[in-house]
Order: sequence, then structure tokens, then C-alpha cells
Amino acid sequence: MKAGSNLEKVLSAGHFALTSELGPPKGNDVSVIQKKADFLRGNVDAVNVTDNQTAIVRMSSIAACSFVIQMGMEPVMQMVCRDRNRIAMQSDIFGATALGIHNIVCLTGDHHTFGNQVNAKNVHDLDSVQLIDMVRNMRDNQTLLGGEDKIEGEIRMFIGGAANPFADPFEFRALRAAKKAAAGMDFIQTQCIYDMDRFREWMRMMRDLGVHEKVHILAGVTPLKSAGMARYMAKNVAGIIIPDALIDRMAKAQKGADEGIKICVEQIQELREIEGVHGIHIMAIEWEHMVGRIAEEAGLLPRPQAA
Amino acid sequence: MIKAVQKPIDEILSYLDTYSKILLSGCGACVTVCHSGGEKEVALLASSLKMARNKMGKNLDIMEITPARQCEPEFALELAGMVEGVDAILSLSCGVGVQTLARNFNNAMIFPGVNTVFMGETVTHGAWEERCQACGNCILERTGGVCPIARCAKQLLNGPCGGSSKGKCEIKEDTDCAWQLIYDRLKSLGQLQKLQEIIPAKNWGTESRDKGPRKIVREDLKI
Amino acid sequence: MFDPKIVAFCCEQSGIPAAEMCKSLKLEVYANLEIVPVPCAGRMETIFLLKALERGADGVLIFACHEENCQYLRGNVRAKSRLLYARNMLETIGLEKGRLEICNLATNSGVKFIEVLNDMVEQLRKMGPNPCPSSEVVKECVNDKSRSKTN
Repeated sequence: MKAGSNLEKVLSAGHFALTSELGPPKGNDVSVIQKKADFLRGNVDAVNVTDNQTAIVRMSSIAACSFVIQMGMEPVMQMVCRDRNRIAMQSDIFGATALGIHNIVCLTGDHHTFGNQVNAKNVHDLDSVQLIDMVRNMRDNQTLLGGEDKIEGEIRMFIGGAANPFADPFEFRALRAAKKAAAGMDFIQTQCIYDMDRFREWMRMMRDLGVHEKVHILAGVTPLKSAGMARYMAKNVAGIIIPDALIDRMAKAQKGADEGIKICVEQIQELREIEGVHGIHIMAIEWEHMVGRIAEEAGLLPRPQAA
Repeated sequence: MIKAVQKPIDEILSYLDTYSKILLSGCGACVTVCHSGGEKEVALLASSLKMARNKMGKNLDIMEITPARQCEPEFALELAGMVEGVDAILSLSCGVGVQTLARNFNNAMIFPGVNTVFMGETVTHGAWEERCQACGNCILERTGGVCPIARCAKQLLNGPCGGSSKGKCEIKEDTDCAWQLIYDRLKSLGQLQKLQEIIPAKNWGTESRDKGPRKIVREDLKI
Repeated sequence: MFDPKIVAFCCEQSGIPAAEMCKSLKLEVYANLEIVPVPCAGRMETIFLLKALERGADGVLIFACHEENCQYLRGNVRAKSRLLYARNMLETIGLEKGRLEICNLATNSGVKFIEVLNDMVEQLRKMGPNPCPSSEVVKECVNDKSRSKTN
């Protein structure tokens, strides 16, 4: 075991894993975390805690993860490269592992101009590949970046990264995931999938490169609430592709929300069949109370109690 | 070359409020190329400032000069004869030129008339784009001649982020994704394998200004 | 009534012949006008427009050939973009853009010449005298007849 986290155990035992996401409060109101944890507890193997997603200031991932542990769930700490330099990152990883956080997802981070502090100084001391490499080094060689300074204690982290089969250049996307794998990534969570054909093609490229054997791939899904949401995402969010057929289906449905859940469940069932997909990552933005229902209807409950 | 844009005239007028005789100095190098501080711009600005001040009923005498460049002592000192007779100097050169004047004319008040913005290329007449950030360690041979430090909004070194879409950067529709450009160029050169090498964490300290202002000293060139 | 001082840069291929035509048609031409002939409107530099105002003109006209008809291909187009550049500068110092105008015409446009000139006079009367030249400069311009070339 590299880190001994529940997520690692579930995946290593060959179970089909299920993770979800939780956004910390825009302040220090812990009840926000409590509410979301209550919806998710028992329905997932671990929950990602986002790191100032879309550059909107929220409680830090490390602090929120610590509360999540107190609330009886396993967190996956997200760390973006946008706001912290290597000193702060390594420092936070010391603290995170000391607090009992043993899963980390290393991300570039949405550009700060999307958020609510647009005049900030961009950091990006490291990129996501270099961050993965740094964490792997801390864990396996017990040194800081540079290899000189010894770390006091063991850094046990299960290292994740993001992959977006729907961004460009498409031909490079599998190679980029392979690069992250070479740098030490243990698992991938993909951007939410609506275009199945493109995802299958990306998975084929991943299998050709042998990446599916080196890292666990969790396919990302996001349930649609309405046709309006589908159209908005297709138009405004870079790196998300939604086929017209899906938007039409949502538009024609009697109850958009129910149809969205139905589509999500169908997607999960389809994704399970693809060779190399070892789990699902549900990103139900501000819809955390639906995760349980989706997991239930997709036949993913109860979650395995890994030893 | 270095690109700059003229400061708003209101700002310049506020600098010159208490002065009645100034030297307006352009620069024949970078700011001439980007049409913000060359001889023509000096003439136009001088005329505008005089008219604006006349409108307020406060005369302003302006002497005009445009040396070949302002960033070297020999050229900066061309202004020496004119500096005595004026209250202040308004310089349209980049920040380097303004500071060179300040260093050489210790008792003169020097105002910057432009904002220095970036080092860039003339893409076409009237359009300039940022190309270099003087990072101190040029890797253009591995990125097909496109710089990710200057042209990627996140300064990524190992490929595009998940926001690269249809060749454009996630933050601006009219900005090309630098990594798409790098990919395309390396592809046409048959060098895509260069993208598989992991570029390690950058030495921002020794290679760029994060350790303070940089210097080059060539003993072999000193007279 | 205030008689605005107008400087007209006239292209020798169109503006000057049109001005000449006014004489032959015995039309009355506004008097407080200084005509500056240029071989092509494109010879006119942005600084000329500003200097004219700085030195006491209340308004400046450019008479250029019709677009597509410039003997030097794009001189008239360049003149227009310089006019727009100068107008933007005027705006930044609080001076009316309408003090600078361009008119495209042909060699036989004597009537148009008069019309445009008279429109400019009215426009400038509404705006009032140029608030920008210093009194010294106005005196200097009034006294310096050698620089003007009246019709």
C-alpha cells in the first residue's frame, strides 16, 4: 500500500470505486460541510474537497478535509498550482498527512481571472506534472523537492490527477495523462463525460499506451438538472462537450431533473463496461443530495468495506 | 522589442500641474517602433499638452528632443544642455530610459509618459503581442519556437491544461493556447517526442527576477 | 458675429481645382480661410492638424479625392485615419472633435466646396472660438500674413 487510504484499498482490491465532490463554504460556516457530508456518507468511498474552484475564495481544502474526517468520511484533498508556491505546497502536504489526509489530487487550477480576486498575482510555481512528481518524491524518497532535505516522518499519499479527454489538442490528451503517470500519478479522475464516442476513443489511446494498467481511471459524470444547464455548460465552460442529442433529450423531458438523473445512471452503466475504467467520480455541483440516489439506481450501493 | 503605451493625458497633465517649462524626451528605439514615444509622438503630445494647458489658462513651454535611445549614458547625456533650463523632464521612453535619465541627472524631476507593458513582436502594422518574459533560461528549442512562459496564462511547462479548447486559451477567446501552438509546430517539425520529456520544476530564483534585479557583468568588455 | 478662422488642406488633384472653380462660377467664398495646397491629401500629417489649432485656427478642413480615386492610391485613406487619430487626441484634452473634418470631392465640385465650407463655418460658430491657443500665438498668426495663401 502506498498510502493505505480507503480509496486505495477499494481500488487495489479490484472493486469498482465511487467518489464524489464537495465544495467548502465561502467563509467559515462549518454547517455547510456538515450538510454535504451527511448526504454523501456511506454513498461513496471518498469525497474530493475542492481547492478554491474557479478561483472563488472558499475555505481551504486542507481545513475542510480535516472537518470531513471528523464527520466520518474519507477526504481527497485537491491542490491547485495556481495559488501556492512549492514551499507552501510541501508545508501543506506535511500538515495534511499529519491530519490524516491520505489522498491528494494535483491540479493546474482554473485561471484566477475566473474568480473573485482578479487582480491577484498568479503563482503557478509548479505545473500539475511537476506537483505530482514532487509528492511522489516526498512519499517514496522522503525528501523535499531538490532531493537534499530529509522529511521528518512519513508522507503517505495516494496521488491523483485530472484528465480531460474533451480538451484540445485531442491527440495529445492521452500522452499528457501518460506523462502524469510517469511522474507518479496513481489514479485519474476525468472531466465530466457526455460525449461517449470521444471518451471511448480516448480510452482506446490510453490502453494503447498501457496507461490503464499503471493508473486507476475513474470516469467523471455530472447529472444535468435542465436543458438550460446543458446549453450553458456546452457554450461557456471550456473543455466540456455535450452532444446535441443529449440537450434535445433534456429539452423534451417532462421533468428535467429526473431525466438528468436517468441519463447519469445510464452513463455510469455504460462506462462500467469500458475496459480500463475502474470507478466513477460524480461531480454533482450543489446537488450533493442526489449522489445517494444516483449510486442506488446505478447499483453501486452498498459501498465495499475494504479491510 | 519593448512595448509601451502612452499614459492617459489627464495623468500626464496632473504630473505637470505645477511646472511651466519642461523637456519632452522621446526615444528612437523601442517606443518608436510601437508608436508611443518616437519623434512623431513627441510632437503630437507636445501640441496636445500645450493646447490643454492653454485651455486652463496656464502656459506650458515644451522643448522637444528624441535621442537615438535613452537607456545608455552617452545618449542620455545628449539632454544635458537642455536639462538646466527646465523645471522637469517628461520621458516617453520605457522604464529603463526613465531610470537612466534619473541616474544621470540627479537633480532633475523625471516623469514617465508611457506605461511599459511587455517585450513583444510586431505581428502586423499597428498590432503587437507579448512574446518573451526574460525568464533567464530559454527552452524554445524544445517547444517548437513558442514560449510557454510568456504565452501560456499559467506558465505551464508540461503541456496544456484542461481548459484548452479549439486552439484557444480558456481565459480569452482571442488568445491562442500556447501549447496548441507548440504541439502544432513540433508536429510539423516531426519532433512530437520532445513533449514526452518531463520538464522539471523551474528555477525561478536563479533564472528570473525572483531573487532581485539581475545583472550581467562582462569583465572582458570593460575599458 | 464670430468669424471662425478655418485652415483648409486642399489636395492639388481635387480640392484646389474645386476651389478654383468657385472663382470661375463667381461664387462667394468665406473670407477667413487659409488654403494650404498639398500634392495629395496623404501628405498631410497628423501634427499639421494639431499645430493648426495650436496656432489659432478654430477649425481645419481636409479636401481629398473620393476614395478609390486617389492618384497615389491610398493617400486619401491615410489622411482620414490621421484625422481620426487627431480627433481622438482632441477628445482627451476636452476639445470638440468637430473642429476637424474631411470632405471627399472631385475636380468639378465647386458648389460642394462652398457648401462644406459654409457648413463648417456654422458648426464652428456653434462651438465658439478655439479656447486653446495662447494670446501670444494668436497675435503671431494674425501678423504673419506671409504664411497664408488666400484664394
